[in-house]
Amino acid sequence: MLQEIPPNYSYILSAIIFTIGAVGAITRRNAIVIFMSIELMLNAVNLLFIASGNAFASMDGTVFVFFVMTVAAVEAAVGLAIFVMVHRLKGSVNADEVNLLKG
Amino acid sequence: MGAIGFKFVVFFISAVVVIVSSVLMITRKNPIHSALWMILAFFFMAVIYLLLNAQFIAVAQVMVYAGAIMMLILFVIMMVSLDKGHQEEQREQKPSVAKKVAGALVIVILAVELLFASILYQATARPGVYPADAVFSVGNTKTVGSLLYGQYLFPFEIASILLLVGIVGAVVLSKKHK
Repeated sequence: MLQEIPPNYSYILSAIIFTIGAVGAITRRNAIVIFMSIELMLNAVNLLFIASGNAFASMDGTVFVFFVMTVAAVEAAVGLAIFVMVHRLKGSVNADEVNLLKG
Repeated sequence: MGAIGFKFVVFFISAVVVIVSSVLMITRKNPIHSALWMILAFFFMAVIYLLLNAQFIAVAQVMVYAGAIMMLILFVIMMVSLDKGHQEEQREQKPSVAKKVAGALVIVILAVELLFASILYQATARPGVYPADAVFSVGNTKTVGSLLYGQYLFPFEIASILLLVGIVGAVVLSKKHK
């Protein structure tokens, strides 16, 4: 067997990617790019699950990642349908201009 | 093998590619470029999953994320912001210096917190019953499958209902209302 990677490296990489995703979700205005940043944050958490499962000789992390992927796929389908509908109503998907819920 | 193993070299190259393409993803103005950089990040994330002995998840990552979800996102970008994809990101007024400082502070605090948590954590977990050698002798996918259809059967069924709800919801939402 090849030498394993220390889990700390994966944890640090996961932290960096999560921060990048959070910054993207906060700073961008285009709703689709915000959505992609959220997917990136989900991926950082997936990496954390896989690294922990590998470090602690457990397969539960892999199963959890499977469920996270399922939820991400559903989220993509419903979220993008909402974006299409918002674009039809407002003419753009700029998150600052969307105020449909304002009374 | 030298002083640093083969896995380390691959891990560091993949990690650098993932970080750089993630940064490019959140900084590009054109959403199409963002999506393409994100596909690259997802591919190299799959390489890291392979290094962490998660072959099934690596393949699922390429198929589900880099294949299905990103294809859907690219499709919607082309439908939604073909004409004014560039001027959508234009802002009316530039943020003030105080706002910039506050934002930078929040970002630095988040990054430092996460980094400290990852470095200084105390692992309290007990080792499980699936060491890498044992999983390797059976096969990663077979192990995941026996867990999914055994111990996690009920959550698996709930996940399939969730997918059904997602399909119906997407169709209902994108239907033209009279």
